[in-house]
Amino acid sequence: MPQVTLSVNGKSHTVEIEGRTLLVELLREKLRLTGTHVGCDTSQCGACVVHIDGESVKACTTLAAMCEGASVTTIEGLARPDGTLHPMQEAFREYHALQCGFCTPGMVMSAVDLVQKHPEGLSEAEIREGLEGNLCRCTGYHNIVKAIAAAQDVMHGRRETIAAAAQ
Amino acid sequence: MYDFTYTKPSSVADATKLLAADPDAKFISGGQTLLPALKHRLNKPTTVVDLTGIGEMRGIRREGNTLVIGALTKHVEVETSAEVKAAIPALAQMAAHIGDTQVRNRGTLGGSVSNNDPAADYPAAVLGLGATVVTSKREIPADEFFLGMFTTALETDELLVAIKFPIPEKAGYAKMRNPASRYVMAGAFVSKGPQGIRVAINGAGPCVFRQGEMEAALAGSWSPEAVAGVKQNPEGMNGDIHGSAEYRAHLVTVMAKRAVASAG
Amino acid sequence: MNAVLPFEGIGASVKRKEDLRFLSGRGQYVDDINRPGQAHAWILRSQYAHARINSIDTTAASKMPGVVAIYTSADMTGIGGIPCGWQIHNKDGTPMAEPKHPVLAEGKVRHVGDPIAVVIAETRSQARDAGEAIVLDVEPLPAVTGTTAALAGAAPCVHDDVAGNLCYDWHIGDKAATDAAFAKAAHHVVFETTNNRLVPNAMEPRSAVGDYDTTTGEHTLFTTSQNPHVIRLLMGAFVLQIPESKLRVVAPDVGGGFGSKIYHYAEEAIVTWAAAKLGRPVKWTADRTEAFMSDAHGRDHVSRAELALDKDGTFLGLRVHTQANMGAYLSTFAPCVPTYLYATLLAGVYSTPAIYAEVQAVFTHTVPVDAYRGAGRPEATYLLERLVDVAARQCGFDKVELRRRNFIATSAFPYQTPVALEYDSGDYVSTLNQALETADWAGFEARRAESASRGKLRGIGISTYLEACGIAPSAVVGSLGARAGLYEVGTIRVHPTGSITVLTGAHSHGQGHETTFAQLVCDKLGVPVAQVDIVHGDTGKVPFGMGTYGSRSLAVGGSAMDKAMDKIIAKGKRIAAHLMEASVEDIEFDPRGEKGGTFRVAGTDRTKALAEISLAAYVPHNFPHDELEPGLEETAFYDPKNFTYPGGCHIAEVEIERETGQVHLLNFTAVDDVGRVVNPMIVEGQVQGGVAQGVGQALLENCVYDSSGQLISASMMDYAMPRADDLAPVSVATHTTLCTHNPLGVKGCGEVGAIGSPPAVINAVVDALREFGVNHVEMPATAPKIWSIIHGSTH
Repeated sequence: MPQVTLSVNGKSHTVEIEGRTLLVELLREKLRLTGTHVGCDTSQCGACVVHIDGESVKACTTLAAMCEGASVTTIEGLARPDGTLHPMQEAFREYHALQCGFCTPGMVMSAVDLVQKHPEGLSEAEIREGLEGNLCRCTGYHNIVKAIAAAQDVMHGRRETIAAAAQ
Repeated sequence: MYDFTYTKPSSVADATKLLAADPDAKFISGGQTLLPALKHRLNKPTTVVDLTGIGEMRGIRREGNTLVIGALTKHVEVETSAEVKAAIPALAQMAAHIGDTQVRNRGTLGGSVSNNDPAADYPAAVLGLGATVVTSKREIPADEFFLGMFTTALETDELLVAIKFPIPEKAGYAKMRNPASRYVMAGAFVSKGPQGIRVAINGAGPCVFRQGEMEAALAGSWSPEAVAGVKQNPEGMNGDIHGSAEYRAHLVTVMAKRAVASAG
Repeated sequence: MNAVLPFEGIGASVKRKEDLRFLSGRGQYVDDINRPGQAHAWILRSQYAHARINSIDTTAASKMPGVVAIYTSADMTGIGGIPCGWQIHNKDGTPMAEPKHPVLAEGKVRHVGDPIAVVIAETRSQARDAGEAIVLDVEPLPAVTGTTAALAGAAPCVHDDVAGNLCYDWHIGDKAATDAAFAKAAHHVVFETTNNRLVPNAMEPRSAVGDYDTTTGEHTLFTTSQNPHVIRLLMGAFVLQIPESKLRVVAPDVGGGFGSKIYHYAEEAIVTWAAAKLGRPVKWTADRTEAFMSDAHGRDHVSRAELALDKDGTFLGLRVHTQANMGAYLSTFAPCVPTYLYATLLAGVYSTPAIYAEVQAVFTHTVPVDAYRGAGRPEATYLLERLVDVAARQCGFDKVELRRRNFIATSAFPYQTPVALEYDSGDYVSTLNQALETADWAGFEARRAESASRGKLRGIGISTYLEACGIAPSAVVGSLGARAGLYEVGTIRVHPTGSITVLTGAHSHGQGHETTFAQLVCDKLGVPVAQVDIVHGDTGKVPFGMGTYGSRSLAVGGSAMDKAMDKIIAKGKRIAAHLMEASVEDIEFDPRGEKGGTFRVAGTDRTKALAEISLAAYVPHNFPHDELEPGLEETAFYDPKNFTYPGGCHIAEVEIERETGQVHLLNFTAVDDVGRVVNPMIVEGQVQGGVAQGVGQALLENCVYDSSGQLISASMMDYAMPRADDLAPVSVATHTTLCTHNPLGVKGCGEVGAIGSPPAVINAVVDALREFGVNHVEMPATAPKIWSIIHGSTH
């Protein structure tokens, strides 16, 4: 059986796979990192979004075999090892940007990439457009947009904390 | 999906050899079109040939009045490339609105153009700029490349290596997206340059096509008003639950008008 | 409670306790569960809308790699059909048609997606590989999918034993009085519409894991359910004949439901049965395409409504005729949706004196239709609120003033409607006024002009709505055909050192119960939210429960908890009386006392903290054993006295592009009366989410079958789910009148957004198109539809 060696959340893994194994299957079924979800089969919902080498991708539309040597970050690897939440995670909590939590990991990973790519700052409309690859059925996106707007201020050092951004 | 063998050659020659030996093998680069199809078991390749290790298919460079973009170039790379933005801003702007961020982070120029989905963006740019498709065997003018729905001039063992885009004086792109899939309902890529005046329409028909009447109208006067009066014949346009052929035909004019306006 | 702690009781926007695990990827959804030795199931489903199965040949498939077993209905002997939880009676008193709903198809398939066989293999891919090798000999038969078409004489029969595909022909109200009202009316307004079929699309696809302990004979089912006890009851008693004591149903973290995860589905029975048969756990998880063809759909009504008004605009009578699509089989709640959740709501917020409604429920070759967020109430509200707008326009009344004129007066409560319900409270004038002000209704014409200057069409739409939720008084629903009671159960377990575990029969799949329920306890017993844990979703832990739907969790589940807390306080007082050598009558309890929850001998400084009382209860060295048992744990069942009646006003503003017909939602204002608000942050989120689904119905979502019965919108590629850039900011405010009949004064907020918003949006679209003389636009108001209107095209 073929193997792939990749780093996930800073830890190296060598995993036996089939040719057809998807990255999301490797994460969920082989590594039991079940924070990355599968919500559709047409690459639209974004519940499976992870980062490969710092860029957001849909793990359901990525072959595991093509991740040889890649550095993958999942929602489980976003907070600091001491448990301190990433500002985006903190903002989602502060702004009630999640309800059932199923789309949340992918939404957070997409949002982190979106904000990182736009140090100049994003308007509300730009945030909405930037979320085109992620579906949420619970929140109506209103609070997700607010959370990302607050998180970008902290991620780009314009404010100290999410609580400060919230005021 | 059905299982297959995965392999990753490091040269164009090795990749095409694999396809020559096995017509049921498939190339993959970004996988943003192939993998959804495979997941729905619409295709049963024996081998999936990963092209991403082939260095000669990468890179964006300007050669005189031509922009050469390697087939493995991701949409995000075209979107953010200073070279592209300077030479053909409309192409960078188009790339910035393909699919979603995650598709753009994986999907490639070569994959999109080889697949020739009628509702994809890149075929409109290739045809609308009069680009030349460079393959492992030859160079194919855009006008001879797109043959029909999901069909191109590429032979089974022929690999799209790069595309040469002539740098236009003006170019613009506008599209309306399908509200569900976000693929193109109707789009228009217009340009004025070394390849003359070109209007390529995607989304609306079974394959990207040139709109001759609009090109003639723009030759008379390069302005949104010039195309506003040109009606697309609905016959042969796509009709489905998202819009009738008549609606799509109407959108062709609207998008062409907007594309010309954005081209300036 | 320590005074320096922030207030966490009723009314505080406490941050959610559940968020940390969801944000860290540590939620545990059903598909995240993996049992030792687990096999995987894949369901072979019908590709035909209607076909006779001549044979199923599994010989080749059985030999495929990894295959453990393949079962068809022939193997599942001695198993009952999937039961329906509600029985409606026809006008003539006879019961509705209730054809068998087999777990796996028996001889015929009746909709695309109808399960035929299950393949169980070592991996999911192997199961599917083998499933595709099953050879089916089927004879396709003609199908019917349209509601009205199915009632036509020549329509193909969905069930041989149901003539004319009619499930029931039901009515409510006073026909004679209504006819009389129309006879004397100055205005007679008619409105016809189809309420579009929707696919719920909770982001988590359904999943089920069956497990069986051969040594104890105990079955365990992990399932994506809004109500695990109901599944245990339905599946145990009616399908698999397993006693409750041997069947544990667990619904862990569930990724949204919106109604679609209320029902008992075939796959739950299949994995439970197969796990026992094989002696190993079996997991099944739907992919999204499978969800489209197997999750119960929503809405799908064809209606005609008539309104009689006098010359001043006072409503005299309302007549409604509705045909409701049930799909191919009766899902758990399906029959009650277009009757007791729909027709009873047709009075809306208006004092219309005479109402008569007829409802025909119809079988078609489509996926079963059942409750989807709002369930019947959005259909009624849409019909009524569009009808009022049509009436205002046809008769020349101002649409706001016409509503205002006909509102049930605040002084009229309790108000008995002509269609069975008795409203307890409300203040429709205040929610209307507040919404008009927030949305700057008065300034709209200037905004319309500004849009026009940019070549855009702008419109504003209003809906003043009401819903009946907090489902439901058992005696009432029992008399109407429910085969279950709709009470709720709560257990308060005070631990020896004073922390608390709450067991609730309600189920949280996004609603934030772990936080709001803890706030109830904090408010009443004075224990910090951090020391209150909510346990739900496990029949092995929670005594009983009817689950979460119909905006009932707080109104019914919360009231059960409140009642259990009354018992805790009563027992605590008796313990306190003993410990402080006082009489029980002299003991007072103050949740905000000096020791947090504090028992005090009235008029003295003698006090005991709740934790001291609980310690004495569990370490009963000094305890009134003659009067009380040790321990401090109480359970209460709460059966509501009435439905609750949230209501309010929604206003939408849209802009339309003339060239393309695209509708853009600009802003949305919701002012809702949801009764007492426990957590304002969560209420806002619930309303925003509900509005998004309502806007989705109005502008984007549509489930489409072709005439042969194929599901055209079978994936998110063709079914338009609202994305962030399809929506706009939603302004949410509340104006509270208290529910008069539950102890918390709460009404419910889960469905209001989806109920009030669709007519507000369509009213805005029609308003934007007024220059084209258009009277109505069917949902969803898609770009090509609008373009046809603007360009006078018939296409």
